[in-house]
Amino acid sequence: MTTQPIKTVAPKPAPVWRHHHILDVDDFSREEIELVFNTTQAMKEVLSRPIKRVPALRGKTLITLFYEPSTRTRLSFELAAKNLGADAASLSAPASSVTKGESLIDTVSTLQALGADIIVMRHPHSGAPYIAAQYVKASIINAGDGWHAHPTQALLDLYTIQEHKESLKGLKAVIIGDILHSRVARSNIWGLTTMGAEVTLCGPPTLLPTELGEQNHHLPPTNIEHDIERALDGADVVMTLRLQLERQQSGLLPSIREYVQLYQLTEARLSLARPDALVLHPGPVNEDIEIASAVAHGPQSVINEQVSNGVAVRMALLYILAGSQKQ
Amino acid sequence: MPKKIIMTGDDIKRTLARIAHEIIERNKVIENLILVGIHTRGVPLANRLAANIEDFSGVKIPVGTLDISLYRDDLPSLELQPTVKSTDIPVSVDGKSIVLVDDVLYTGRSIRAAMDALTDLGRPHLIQLAVLIDRGHREIPIRADYVGKNMPSSRHEDIQVKLQESDGTDEVAITSMPAAKEG
Repeated sequence: MTTQPIKTVAPKPAPVWRHHHILDVDDFSREEIELVFNTTQAMKEVLSRPIKRVPALRGKTLITLFYEPSTRTRLSFELAAKNLGADAASLSAPASSVTKGESLIDTVSTLQALGADIIVMRHPHSGAPYIAAQYVKASIINAGDGWHAHPTQALLDLYTIQEHKESLKGLKAVIIGDILHSRVARSNIWGLTTMGAEVTLCGPPTLLPTELGEQNHHLPPTNIEHDIERALDGADVVMTLRLQLERQQSGLLPSIREYVQLYQLTEARLSLARPDALVLHPGPVNEDIEIASAVAHGPQSVINEQVSNGVAVRMALLYILAGSQKQ
Repeated sequence: MPKKIIMTGDDIKRTLARIAHEIIERNKVIENLILVGIHTRGVPLANRLAANIEDFSGVKIPVGTLDISLYRDDLPSLELQPTVKSTDIPVSVDGKSIVLVDDVLYTGRSIRAAMDALTDLGRPHLIQLAVLIDRGHREIPIRADYVGKNMPSSRHEDIQVKLQESDGTDEVAITSMPAAKEG
């Protein structure tokens, strides 16, 4: 047996993950997004089992706090928590003390006092989760704030794309629709850009002000194109956004019919993109308004995959966040 | 911090040959066996044992991999944040004899987690455990069925198994860690 001195002590690698809260993807590094992808892959294996449940987050409590309606986001967070062995409870703002005038800060403090380790919140005002995050030790996950950000939707969109395309680097991604009011678009612009895709935004000038493409607008630079056919030319990824009919009272669109004529993603228009282009939509879909039914249910659509990947991505995020709470 | 080699590549090779013989001897119906390696270094060890068993008996045994991150009783810390790797067992575990394979048996907690993970996948007929090194210090009542080398160690020592497949070389070394903070 030989004895020899160790030459060097390996320096501790810097942690890849730096977040205690998930508020947006604008401060996510490429490595963090890749950690989410790899962890999601393992979670998909769990979801493929007959018993879709592991005990990783036993004893943790997740509470969803939604000030706006939601189907898939809220449900997929609750399922993700349960699949990892955590407890999940939910609070609907309209049915709670919020209607008695309880402030946001009081509400999240109460949820923390009730034992929440992770609070998933959706709020109509941009920035609300950032305020909440200043007042609680629990991790806040932004499930959509106003027009600002929807980070978990962007991460599941990115994951769905990379599953089909292997890498996001160099892809041409087009986001079509009501960009102005879209938190999904904003978070996706950050995520796609960080992962090396080239982003083109497309929509009517009232819903896509040209300033959005310029620098200094708190978004990475993008291409702005008001003509859908030019935008789609050679695209690898086509994201359609829900036309937020409830936000169209303000005269930004002359009529829905005109929008349909100029900006609906039809089969004919999709044929201008690459033949293997993916079609995404964050849901809920207004069929035959922003996207033709035949396209939404067509062979290039990955809309249903987005929903099922949503559970796996959120499991990955909860697992990684719970690990970071040990600090 | 002195480092001492306790097994060379040849030692590891001989040991894995012996364990393969023991597995054949102990399991009358080797057709019913599955070897399951625990990530990371249990996986190459399971593959090598399966190759040995095929050499000695002519029977090709399925090899699976198991990631136990999601079954640990402690969450990973922020510094380590290891990637959860996929669990992949090519056949149903129901009614099978499973040999779990890992590099070092220490507190026994990883094996507890591995057994929970396995039983979530089905109901094996029996589960056995093969390890290259048993270093003692069990914290739960678990023992190995096949042991490469018993290596009584202090908690202030670190045992590092290196394998060609994951580390580019075959050896087992023991080093003493800087005096741990007491109390």
